[in-house]
Amino acid sequence: MAEADEASKPLFAGLSDVSISEDIPVEGEITVPVGSPSHDDEYSTLDEPVKETILRDLKAVGKKFGHVMYPKKSTTLLRDWDLWGPLLLCVTLALMLQGGSADSKEDGGPQFAEVFVIIWFGSVIITLNSKLLGGTISFFQSLCVLGYCILPLTVAMIVCRLVLLGGTGTASFIVRFIVVVASFGWSTFASTAFLADSQSPNRKALVVYPVFLFYFVISWMILTFSPSHSDGATDTGP
Amino acid sequence: MWGSRISQGNTFVDLVDTDWKKIAMATPEDLQFQEFEEAAQLLSANPEAVTRSARDLSSAKRERERESVRVNVNLSEEEGEEEEAELLSGQKKQPNFWSFDYYQSFFNIDTLQVLDRIKGSLLPLPGKNFVKHHLRNNPDLYGPFWICATLVFTVAISGNLSTFLLKMGDPQYHYRPQFHKVSVAGVSVFCYAWLVPLALWGFLQWRSSSNPSVTSYSFLETVCVYGYSLFIYIPTSILWIIPFDWLRWLLILLAMALSGSVLVLTFWPVIRDDTKPASIATVTAILLLHALLAIGCKMYFFQTATQTMMPVPSLAPPTGNPNITLNQS
Repeated sequence: MAEADEASKPLFAGLSDVSISEDIPVEGEITVPVGSPSHDDEYSTLDEPVKETILRDLKAVGKKFGHVMYPKKSTTLLRDWDLWGPLLLCVTLALMLQGGSADSKEDGGPQFAEVFVIIWFGSVIITLNSKLLGGTISFFQSLCVLGYCILPLTVAMIVCRLVLLGGTGTASFIVRFIVVVASFGWSTFASTAFLADSQSPNRKALVVYPVFLFYFVISWMILTFSPSHSDGATDTGP
Repeated sequence: MWGSRISQGNTFVDLVDTDWKKIAMATPEDLQFQEFEEAAQLLSANPEAVTRSARDLSSAKRERERESVRVNVNLSEEEGEEEEAELLSGQKKQPNFWSFDYYQSFFNIDTLQVLDRIKGSLLPLPGKNFVKHHLRNNPDLYGPFWICATLVFTVAISGNLSTFLLKMGDPQYHYRPQFHKVSVAGVSVFCYAWLVPLALWGFLQWRSSSNPSVTSYSFLETVCVYGYSLFIYIPTSILWIIPFDWLRWLLILLAMALSGSVLVLTFWPVIRDDTKPASIATVTAILLLHALLAIGCKMYFFQTATQTMMPVPSLAPPTGNPNITLNQS
């Protein structure tokens, strides 16, 4: 077959000198050796004990928490994205925002569904915004980063609730204010450290601003959390 | 194609000789300086038939674009840009409505452009139409969307803060986050920013179909103008925290004057050729709705002292107890 092609293409004329003798049998194996048989053949992750599966995922989540607390420009958070961490943080935050003053369903703090919707819907919108502006980060990677960077705010919520156990005076407000502002700055800084690299420099501010607004709203919800009072006489109606 | 030319060998040299003669005799319109490869230059001086077969359609399109650019080079910069944009946009293939690229074309904007458009919405310059001067055939959805989102949260948070400051002195007051107001603010702001432009665009389309001198902007440009015109309300709502009623009304007037005039300057040239009642009614409606949004926000989110203290005397014991004090703002 090679000879037939050579006849029609004078460009390959030089190759016509090579002849393949018909005496030499051309045979062999076409299969490509796979290398060492992978571990999964005998022991797939379906067979491992449940504890190992859970621990592996928890370790991955924990590792990412560490990355958020000490944000360096590493690509681990982006490469192995997972949404367990954001879900955990979102549910924790929404539950902790629930014990507030619930005398009137109208005037109280955000409901569980409102917090959930704001966090997830907000993350999706920011991710879409970043992608529409021409970002190179993928959809789920961005959701992962935004969700994990809520960690400092969740920590601030825990601290706020502990401080509120001591009283609701001006001193506790100042302490809570400082804690919330610090964690807001930390969250925004951590997420922009991961997200800003994927944009062109003259659109960076356009991508960072929605992230800033997102964490600002969450910080506002945390700061304005007011616990319910034991006596109902002090509650004013709507 | 190239293979056949190379195989022709000597004929290529002959081609070169004849082409130079043709170039020397050709008029300036024939000489197209499209590509920077020598072979391409020589080919371009040839009759069109050879050119078409040697290239695909996209490069031919590029030739036409560059042709059009060079023709416009004598015009003033303003008009030249518009014409060029029109010509180029006429040739650009519109991506499918359901594809991601379609929406990406609405976010084709840089930080500096967004800031420039915001400035344009704050400072109305007579004669400078917002759509023509700032949008320049590149309406974006980034500005309107994020300005609306910011406005929603600003109004809700400022309203909450102003209520808190108002009732701070009252020992019976217990702070409430009033989170449901965010939903109310969200619905009203987004409805205004999207439904009113839709109605206005529909109205202008209807008028322009019956009256050819009335032109209309595209739907996106209308949304864009309205979105950017809402920007003035963001600092206004923050300043509304200051609990002086006269100051709040003054701020409303100032905001209305600035952004209302931007809207009027944008839409007046379009509607002025219509019948007198229609054009006056349109402009009045635009201003009225704009004012309604501001006043509605102020009345619902920012309460004054007299409004909140009204129900208190009825709850007080009817002995005329002088312990009841009313906070005067």
